[in-house]
Amino acid sequence: MEQAAIGGVGLEAYLTVAAILFVTGIFGIFLNRKNVIVILMSIELMLLAVNINLVAFSAHLGDLVGQVFALFVLTVAAAEAAIGLAILVCFFRNRGSIDVDDINMMKG
Amino acid sequence: MSGDYASAIPELIMAGSAMALLMVGAYGGGDARRGVILWCAAGLMAVLGIWVATTAPTGQPAFSGAFLNDRFAQFAKVLILFSSAAMLVIGNGYLERRKLMRFEYPVLILLATLGMMMMVSSGDLISLYVGLELQSLALYVVASFNRDSQRSTEAGLKYFVLGALSSGLLLYGASLIYGYTGSTNFTIIAGIIKSEGVSLGLTFGLVFVCAALAFKISAAPFHMWTPDVYEGSPTPVTAFFATAPKVAAGALFARVLYGGFGDAVHDWQQILVFVSVASMFLGAIAAIGQKNLKRLMAYSSIGHMGFALVGLAAGTEAGAQSLLFYLAIYVVMNIGVFAFILSMERDGQPVVQIADLAGLARVQPAHALAVAVLMFSLAGLPPLVGFFAKFFVFKAAVDAGLAPLALAGAIASVIGAYYYLNIVRVMYLSDQERPLDIVSGVFGKVMVGGAALAMAAGWLPFVSSAIGLTDATLAAARALGG
Repeated sequence: MEQAAIGGVGLEAYLTVAAILFVTGIFGIFLNRKNVIVILMSIELMLLAVNINLVAFSAHLGDLVGQVFALFVLTVAAAEAAIGLAILVCFFRNRGSIDVDDINMMKG
Repeated sequence: MSGDYASAIPELIMAGSAMALLMVGAYGGGDARRGVILWCAAGLMAVLGIWVATTAPTGQPAFSGAFLNDRFAQFAKVLILFSSAAMLVIGNGYLERRKLMRFEYPVLILLATLGMMMMVSSGDLISLYVGLELQSLALYVVASFNRDSQRSTEAGLKYFVLGALSSGLLLYGASLIYGYTGSTNFTIIAGIIKSEGVSLGLTFGLVFVCAALAFKISAAPFHMWTPDVYEGSPTPVTAFFATAPKVAAGALFARVLYGGFGDAVHDWQQILVFVSVASMFLGAIAAIGQKNLKRLMAYSSIGHMGFALVGLAAGTEAGAQSLLFYLAIYVVMNIGVFAFILSMERDGQPVVQIADLAGLARVQPAHALAVAVLMFSLAGLPPLVGFFAKFFVFKAAVDAGLAPLALAGAIASVIGAYYYLNIVRVMYLSDQERPLDIVSGVFGKVMVGGAALAMAAGWLPFVSSAIGLTDATLAAARALGG
């Protein structure tokens, strides 16, 4: 179970990077006031942070399931990005803008 | 190995037919075939629902424990299949009248339903994620199905962004759970928690997963997408959102917490108590000022999910049973209410304002009576079935030592009763010169009337024992704990 380091770097380093990327992604979604494309990029960043986590844990545990999980995440993230962009194109056609401040027809 | 496939036959049939129907639509006539495709999809789901209901599940984990076909999955699948089929059928007329019907709609609903069936059968974090995403991706598309409408595309975009955010949270939690237990299988995770306890990393993972599932079930404080998505989506899609996905997400919540974290009750109980109290009160208070019926139903669904989670928060077998009982009753009530909302029209245009209901009792006494019964049941007035659904979750909470939670729920349901009763008041006591038209087919009328009748008569002992809901939910809850 216990492996000291992955490629000479400790597990904590990988987890820290992943956590920083994940939090950057979340802030990118909530603080970004300009463009919906940036939100899509932030979502992608979150999913990639998760992948770093999964692969680091997989190498640390010496267990392949984490890498299989990471492949599933990659595949689904591609499908998700495609659908997100498709919806965004529809939105742009109707509204003529992809500013975050323009997504305001309904107030919740 | 062949046994693995045997236990997933309904899902395999669903996946195969969804792709076959897509091909029929794409190469065999396009939108001209939309009616055939819709009825094939609805018929398939109804037939599979009957088949799943009458076939005893194997109870054996399949695909190395990733797929569980037990009584719990069976109960949830029957509910999901029938409500999806019902929503497809009653939404058809509305979509045809608005010229929104395309052949992709039934295919997408089929795929979403397949995702839900995977969710309730999942025994592993990977199959959970894949099922959840299959459902969500199809739902993002149907939310923006009216692609020429600003509101519909905005609803789709909002749903997509917040849904993707919640998927990210779920995955981050799943990666932590995997890292700190060394497995993605719920049974193995449960075994490790039993022997080693809950480490800090595991607690973090559990919190992330709970937050993500609360997003999917639209429980406060993760509810912010719900009112906008419900208001903006085409009404048949809203109707669909309010039924089957709620069952699937609720059942999945129970599956993860009971199946994987059954020995960590004290770690997730506080989260669920907070989420359910917040949802019940937000659903009750925020709905009061609403004028749009779809938006009101969004807040109503937030509140109802809060009540359902009271059962889950109990953390006992009776709690899981009451959750399933609540979800079943809730789905039947919502099918009735949305079948009615879909039929509301004036001058050929759909109307969804509460004020438009004025004077309905004068021109459509039967419809008004049925809707009044459904509203009373949603409010939880005895002796209607909606009251018993609430009674069972509160009883489970009290038995588990959560009496204050049950008390908060009772207070929230009294506050929430105001806006349901307000709808009845508008129908019966207000009047206007030209009440709205009710345009509905045979199925719509049957759904409204049937749901109202079920709520009005379901509490009679001989009727409820004939339906057998109590026994079915008990068997399902037992399968979950074991």
